[in-house]
Amino acid sequence: MCSVYWLCWFFEKNKKTLDKCLFLIIKVNAMLIGILFLIGQIPTDSVFLNPPTNIIAMDAPNDRGEVIIIKWDLPEDISNIEGYQIFREAEEETLHLAGYSPVDRTEYTDQLGIKNNVEYRYRMRSISPEGIVSISSEPSLPATAYPQWFRMDYINVLAMVLLYLGLTVYFVRIARKGKKIFLRRIPGLDALEEAVGRATEMGKPILYVPGIWPMSEIGTIAAMNILKPVAKKVAQYESRIIVPTIDPIVMNVAQQTVKEGFTEAGRIDSYNEDDVFYLTSAQFAYAAGVNGIMIREKPATNLFLGVFFAESLLLAETGNATGAIQIAGTDRVAQLPFFVAACDYCIMGEELYAASAYLSEDPRLVSAIKAQDWGKMGILICLALGSLLSIFGATFIISWFTAR
Amino acid sequence: MLRRTLPQAIAFIIGFAMLIQYFIPHPISERFYNVIVQQWLIIILGFMYIFALRSFFMHHIVKIRRKKEGYWFSAMAIVALLFMLSSGLITTRGVFFDSLYNYMIAPLQATMFSLLAFFIASAAFRAFRARNFQATLLLVTAVIVMIGRVPIGDYLWKGMPDLVEWIMSVPNMAAMRGIRIGVGLGAVATAMKIILGIERSYMGGE
Repeated sequence: MCSVYWLCWFFEKNKKTLDKCLFLIIKVNAMLIGILFLIGQIPTDSVFLNPPTNIIAMDAPNDRGEVIIIKWDLPEDISNIEGYQIFREAEEETLHLAGYSPVDRTEYTDQLGIKNNVEYRYRMRSISPEGIVSISSEPSLPATAYPQWFRMDYINVLAMVLLYLGLTVYFVRIARKGKKIFLRRIPGLDALEEAVGRATEMGKPILYVPGIWPMSEIGTIAAMNILKPVAKKVAQYESRIIVPTIDPIVMNVAQQTVKEGFTEAGRIDSYNEDDVFYLTSAQFAYAAGVNGIMIREKPATNLFLGVFFAESLLLAETGNATGAIQIAGTDRVAQLPFFVAACDYCIMGEELYAASAYLSEDPRLVSAIKAQDWGKMGILICLALGSLLSIFGATFIISWFTAR
Repeated sequence: MLRRTLPQAIAFIIGFAMLIQYFIPHPISERFYNVIVQQWLIIILGFMYIFALRSFFMHHIVKIRRKKEGYWFSAMAIVALLFMLSSGLITTRGVFFDSLYNYMIAPLQATMFSLLAFFIASAAFRAFRARNFQATLLLVTAVIVMIGRVPIGDYLWKGMPDLVEWIMSVPNMAAMRGIRIGVGLGAVATAMKIILGIERSYMGGE
């Protein structure tokens, strides 16, 4: 009891001194906590993580410049690392964060704000999931982005194009010497004459739909190439051809082509410019418009040749319902089943491109098809050889056909 | 000369320039492509629309004047074009024009697109008749694929989805790739014929 009384007396007497001591302890503790917190936040002084090493910066190849690729070696221990911060500096740019890369990567493409012919240096830091960062790595050697004049990764494409060009020129020269080149029968194109004849007998027009793609598309060009012999046949049979178009340039080309066909047949007086007309530029409005023509005019023959998409079946089924003989051809593989189902004849894929040569029988055009066949033969051989050799681990043939 | 040689020379020069441009990544080459493809094409297209509109009006006015079957559709097409054009030019903020597009044109196009479902059904009915061996094979394959694509296929036989996947990725893919290789080569051959001036039908000349 005495000691308790003594303690009370002691605290009462030294209250001010004890309060000061307690306040001092709290202050020191607060300072220590603050210092520890700051150590956790200061990035460069962390000792827990190692940064990536051997940072290499280089200009990205085969491009228009303005891109730098950064490569690095992973730190020895990556167990506590979430990713890497990438810092960039240049003469007119202070060191700043330029990007972030996940932990398992060893390459980053920097294309934000890079200027050509400016030297850039890169530093990197590792960062943990808690936000603790390592010290900065050594800076990379300076790298400069600049544009290239040739895409080395397309060298295989160029080689193939030149090879193919050589084949085409070779076969054209052979054709000029008068050598006959065999061309297999294409039933869809053989049926064209019959289809035009049928329309003439019935006294009804022929509807020619050149697809819904502009003139820049190779399928539309092929459609225009077929249009001319068709128009010539139509003129010879003194029938009528209707060509609704979706594109103003296609309309102009189609008008000239049909006019030329009629001129060659000696029937320019039968040519009616308003039969080759612009309908609309909207896909389904075009489909609705062409369907309307089919229902009202009841053409005896419908020719769908060119590039088609979702409207293919809308057109072909309506034509089928009107009882017209239908010949369709497209290079869009996805639309072929619809045409096969709804049309009498279907010109598939490359046959569309060959149609012009087939119909005109021009030896120079036919010779280009021969070059095409040889090209296909080459690809087939490469496919067979590539498959066979890849079984034994030799993949060099595959690399010929892939972009590097 | 103006009729044949000049267009052919333009096709040759521009064709080869575009071919070379593909292999040059330099910004100069990029600018050349943008000028040719974007600016020139837009300018040409702008002028071509004048011809297109002339063609549009001539075609429909003739139909109305001669009172051909369905001539009132032509009248409606002209009224719709003028109404749409004036609403775009007169209304300042484009709200009315946007409403016309969103609440009239878009639903009309969606209606046309939705008709495809019925056309697919009627085309499939005709295509899947077992007339000969090939048609029967097509019918059987189509039935397997259709059943395998819906939950009942898995319910009937666990291996059905795998069988469908095999059909799609092996025999179907092989045929598609065969056609695509042909299309690719054919497209290159046609482009070369045009560049070299062998193919001239699209210019109106032989």
